[in-house]
Amino acid sequence: MAVVTIERKVLQKNDELAQENRELFARNGTYVINLVSSPGSGKTSLLEKTLAQLKDRIKIAVVEGDVQTDLDAQRVAKFDVPVVQIVTNGGCHLEAKLVQDALSNLRLEGLDLLVIENVGNLVCPAGYDLGEAIKIVVASTTEGDDKPLKYPAMFRNASVLIINKIDLVPYVNCNLAELRENALQINPHLTVFETSCTTGAGIKEWSDWLLAQTGKH
Amino acid sequence: MHELSVAESIVTIIKENTDGGDAKVSAVRVRIGELAGVIPESLEFCFSAITAGTSLEGSRLEIERTAIVCHCEACGTDSTVNGLVFRCPRCHGPHITITSGNELQVVEIEIDD
Repeated sequence: MAVVTIERKVLQKNDELAQENRELFARNGTYVINLVSSPGSGKTSLLEKTLAQLKDRIKIAVVEGDVQTDLDAQRVAKFDVPVVQIVTNGGCHLEAKLVQDALSNLRLEGLDLLVIENVGNLVCPAGYDLGEAIKIVVASTTEGDDKPLKYPAMFRNASVLIINKIDLVPYVNCNLAELRENALQINPHLTVFETSCTTGAGIKEWSDWLLAQTGKH
Repeated sequence: MHELSVAESIVTIIKENTDGGDAKVSAVRVRIGELAGVIPESLEFCFSAITAGTSLEGSRLEIERTAIVCHCEACGTDSTVNGLVFRCPRCHGPHITITSGNELQVVEIEIDD
């Protein structure tokens, strides 16, 4: 019997490709965010509201990740920004290679912001670096206030938490202060925004913050 | 759910280290941190499912779990993070670096001669 020492990261290939993506984004001066959440938290609605705020001020493109359909890409395309849909055909997360392939359909030159909307899933996307500058996790009030404790890796790896659907707080079992506290317990460095895509609350604050991150304001 | 693609990556790494996979691999040792987001039972299931009918069929997947360990930048202590409270257990400061717990590695493989 022989023992072969390997000591290799299982996702090393993905990390290498993510690094290639990151260098490509840096060369083009493109700020990239990876938008993650459970299904139905309002990622696409939030993206629509953000595009409405920013699309005339900076150059934006979107990569949409979904298990099936290009419904989200169709919604985003109405804002007249370049959008590429990745259909994972059952895959529960985006990987750096899929993003790299999608980039061949986008012109990065002169692009200020690229939004990658990941597959709705609070588990798997946490482990896959895509080459983004930051991960932004969206948690909606309808999911309750314990999500950060149940999915710590995602909240730990994110830089920003957007608490969405705050207009529904009176009708659901979710304590906003508790949600915030749970998230900050997992990651005290999170920048937190509270939004509602129905009333428009918090959208401007979040969009202005994002605009400032791109350095194009 | 992504345990399937993690299992596939493990198989790729084994093949790369056994000249394409003809050697009889009796065991594969992997290290998985508590914060890696991988469920050991699910990974074992996926590994046995995708290796069935291949030269890796019957190989044991041995999983070593590592705890979440942090280093506090304020007081310099290294401690285990318990109960998912990401603050230094000693001084309660928030400025900690996770030094262990994110691992997802193939450590070694055992080959029958």
